[in-house]
Amino acid sequence: MSSTVTELDRVVIRFAGDSGDGMQLTGDRFTQEAAVFGNDLSTLPNFPAEIRAPQGTIPGVSSFQLHFANYDILTPGDRPDVLVAMNPAALKANLTDLRRGATIIVDTHDFTARNLAKVGYDVNPLEDDTLAEFAVHALDLTGMTVEAVKEFGLSRKDAARSKNMFALGLVSWLYGRDVDGSEAHLAAKFATKPAIRDANIAALRAGWSFGETTETFAVSYVVKPAPVRAGRYRNITGNTALSYGLVAAGRLSGLPVLMGAYPITPASDILHELSKHKSFGVTTFQAEDEIAAIGAAVGASFAGALGVTATSGPGVALKSEAMGLAVMTELPLVVIDVQRGGPSTGLPTKTEQSDLLQAMYGRNGEAPMPVIAAQSPSDCFDAALEAARIAVTHRTPVMLLSDGYLANGSEPWAIPDVATLPRIDPDFATGPNHDRGDGERDFWPYLRDEDTLARPWAIPGTPGLEHRIGGLEKGEGHGNISYDPANHDRMVRIRAEKVRRIADSLPPLEVDDPSGEAGVLVIGWGSTYGPIGAACRRVRAAGHAIAQVHLRHVNPLPHDLGEILRRYDRVVCPEMNLGQLSRLLRAEYLIDVRPITTVRGLPFGAEALAADLLAHVTTTAEATA
Amino acid sequence: MTAIDLPAPTLTAKDFSSDQEVRWCPGCGDYAVLKAVQSFLPDLGLRRENIVFVSGIGCSSRFPYYLDTYGMHSIHGRAPSIATGIATAREDLSVWVVTGDGDALSIGGNHLIHALRRNVNMTILLFNNRIYGLTKGQYSPTSETGKVTKSTPLGSIDHPFNPVSLALGAEATFVARTIDSDRKHLTAVLAAAAAHRGTSFVEIYQNCPIFNDGAFEALKGPAAADHLLRLEPGLEVTAAGRTWAHDPGEIDPSRQFALSRLDADPDSPVPVGIFRQVQRPTYDDQARAQVAEAIATRGRGELQDLLDSGDTWTVPSDGV
Ligand code: SF4
Repeated sequence: MSSTVTELDRVVIRFAGDSGDGMQLTGDRFTQEAAVFGNDLSTLPNFPAEIRAPQGTIPGVSSFQLHFANYDILTPGDRPDVLVAMNPAALKANLTDLRRGATIIVDTHDFTARNLAKVGYDVNPLEDDTLAEFAVHALDLTGMTVEAVKEFGLSRKDAARSKNMFALGLVSWLYGRDVDGSEAHLAAKFATKPAIRDANIAALRAGWSFGETTETFAVSYVVKPAPVRAGRYRNITGNTALSYGLVAAGRLSGLPVLMGAYPITPASDILHELSKHKSFGVTTFQAEDEIAAIGAAVGASFAGALGVTATSGPGVALKSEAMGLAVMTELPLVVIDVQRGGPSTGLPTKTEQSDLLQAMYGRNGEAPMPVIAAQSPSDCFDAALEAARIAVTHRTPVMLLSDGYLANGSEPWAIPDVATLPRIDPDFATGPNHDRGDGERDFWPYLRDEDTLARPWAIPGTPGLEHRIGGLEKGEGHGNISYDPANHDRMVRIRAEKVRRIADSLPPLEVDDPSGEAGVLVIGWGSTYGPIGAACRRVRAAGHAIAQVHLRHVNPLPHDLGEILRRYDRVVCPEMNLGQLSRLLRAEYLIDVRPITTVRGLPFGAEALAADLLAHVTTTAEATA
Repeated sequence: MTAIDLPAPTLTAKDFSSDQEVRWCPGCGDYAVLKAVQSFLPDLGLRRENIVFVSGIGCSSRFPYYLDTYGMHSIHGRAPSIATGIATAREDLSVWVVTGDGDALSIGGNHLIHALRRNVNMTILLFNNRIYGLTKGQYSPTSETGKVTKSTPLGSIDHPFNPVSLALGAEATFVARTIDSDRKHLTAVLAAAAAHRGTSFVEIYQNCPIFNDGAFEALKGPAAADHLLRLEPGLEVTAAGRTWAHDPGEIDPSRQFALSRLDADPDSPVPVGIFRQVQRPTYDDQARAQVAEAIATRGRGELQDLLDSGDTWTVPSDGV
């Protein structure tokens, strides 16, 4: 049966089901197919904090959203065009997000009176007019799956588990994707369980053939590849890119990497990923707690390795004292905070940017730490390299901010040529650096580089440079304990100035202001990069000028930022918190930065953000007219 | 010990003394331990630059400042975790932790037991004066019940830890106890601890003349012999109603633990010496072995190959 093929520029598809239904795998596989096909894409997994929340309930719904297109896109999309719902809960939980006229493919198998009641449907929504404004394909996906895999002798329950692959096959057909890659993936994944492997592959093929041979779908679609630069690509999540960045930092600096970590969502995947790369001289240490994790990293840095620790907000809170020690001892250290909804345990699996002020100020005393942020999943690679560069070159702990959306979201990544990546020079101290005045020379651990104010890194094993450091205040230069008031005043200012001088090494900011006529500048940091960019495009498409600048470095702020902010009539700052960066900018530049905030555990939707920005553009234009 | 060393030059106690003025109170037991360590370090045959002392917070934690080796005076209770990082990153270093009863058993209790169970190459010296000295005299987790201090005017109501029992419970591979004032015994125990591969745990009874003077007086005077049980391998010991020949090498720690409970009865002597000394692979050696094994089987990691791994695709020319 051949159907009409319609060409589309972009599609947002969401797979939703019970946490045990394998929706993440389904989404991930479809993403790989789209990636290898050459679409640009962006993904948003969304899952509950519980591993297996009660079956068939709304809290137990797990979903995976994919936006793929024939042009470069910036976000996982606001409103799905297609929803694949594996049960009533998945339908109900996602229905309000769909655009009008969206396609819904629904597995009717679980639409029993009991399951409908569980989620508060009095009437089966497939039978009344609940779904009137959508194109609904109500299919017994489970039943067809069980039929397709019956030859493998699995129990009914096990057989039904392949229904996600049936759905994947069907959707793959709908968008003209072949399933060879997914077949190979399944073959490898279930290599040791032949019956499960064969059932999954059979279900995948059956789903594809169902689309091809029946008349259920009158139209199938094609989304052509996106024009991109020549090169080698792969799809990558933020946590993987960040891990690769750390491995790369080890190689580019010649330092062994020691990562101390305690399991915490959504940062654990960094620990998992790094533990696979021992052949790069990477050691992972799963500590007894968050404090020991950073303690070991500080110890490793003192011993001449690149110490790294990765956690989320609650873990950062526990690490605060040890970060202060790293500030005081001026040792290189990378602290990764994959932010999630807070306060306290908050929303472990949801995204938020509410740890910025914690990163900036969450330590006792004047304890300045450079803070840098990744802006997209693949950018986590560059951000990790930059964090390591600053840590090693400037002898300081660095806070690297990612978030739940970047960590689990993915996008195509133009794989860099390793030869073009900048080296990092650890520049270990090798001999005495100070004249004692009696003709002899000795070693002063706090005698600084004149330009950067970085202190020497003398590692154990280096003869003649034996020295003691610690958390007590240091005498300037010699580094022995000092309680002298004037010395403390100087040292506090020196530590602050050392961090400020990192800005000398930063490239000028890039302001995106195509017409040069914008009155409103949108400033952001971290994962809002995509939604802000997409919203600005919408504003421009509606005929208005708007400018965008995005910060990689939040501390120190780049030298040219103040001048850029002052160029515009109005500065607007969208953030997934209650206005933390706007607060910093107001304090630093005395500019009335206007916050736009959301704390729903989800990234900004481009459409809603564009409306907010447009309001600012209009008011500003009226005010200056 | 752990350090891989070039032939060490002949050093003396003076070579291990830093230029910093020692600032403990007059008569503090810490002086005696510092002296013993300074004079004993040359015997290890290690180069100064290959020795690292890490401490937490407390009177005894000033120790690293007075030794001319590498050192870190870190934060309260965390020294074992920092030392774990050092020992795991570097197999060529001799790593020492200096801690006190508050530092190791209260705020840092978690790190201590985990270091012991992992068996990381380090020697932990726990100076037990049964009091908080640096914060001016509050009761500690080893203070006897009923102790009247600034924070317990009506007497403390906590049951104390016995550090040796705790270490044995965590299945530490080397557990010993000694006394600040007995230079010979102290040195002998430290020598054995330093020679042990893995975590060596040494409790040192240390007098704090300012806030808890005489806590161990009965073990020091002329009548000390009546109050001390000096453990030696093969020594016939009686505890929990049974008699056996003490064997520090016994893998099952039960009898060593029973021995450590002896002085729970105030009329029984206090055992000192080596309770336990067994071999078990160390955490850091095994961590390094995994790295070496990965390199041996897969080759040294190639960064470009890693970045290029997974499902990749190539775009031959710039799109428009
Ligand atoms: S307070 Fe006690 S333990 Fe501390 S230095 Fe003084 S005597 Fe020694």
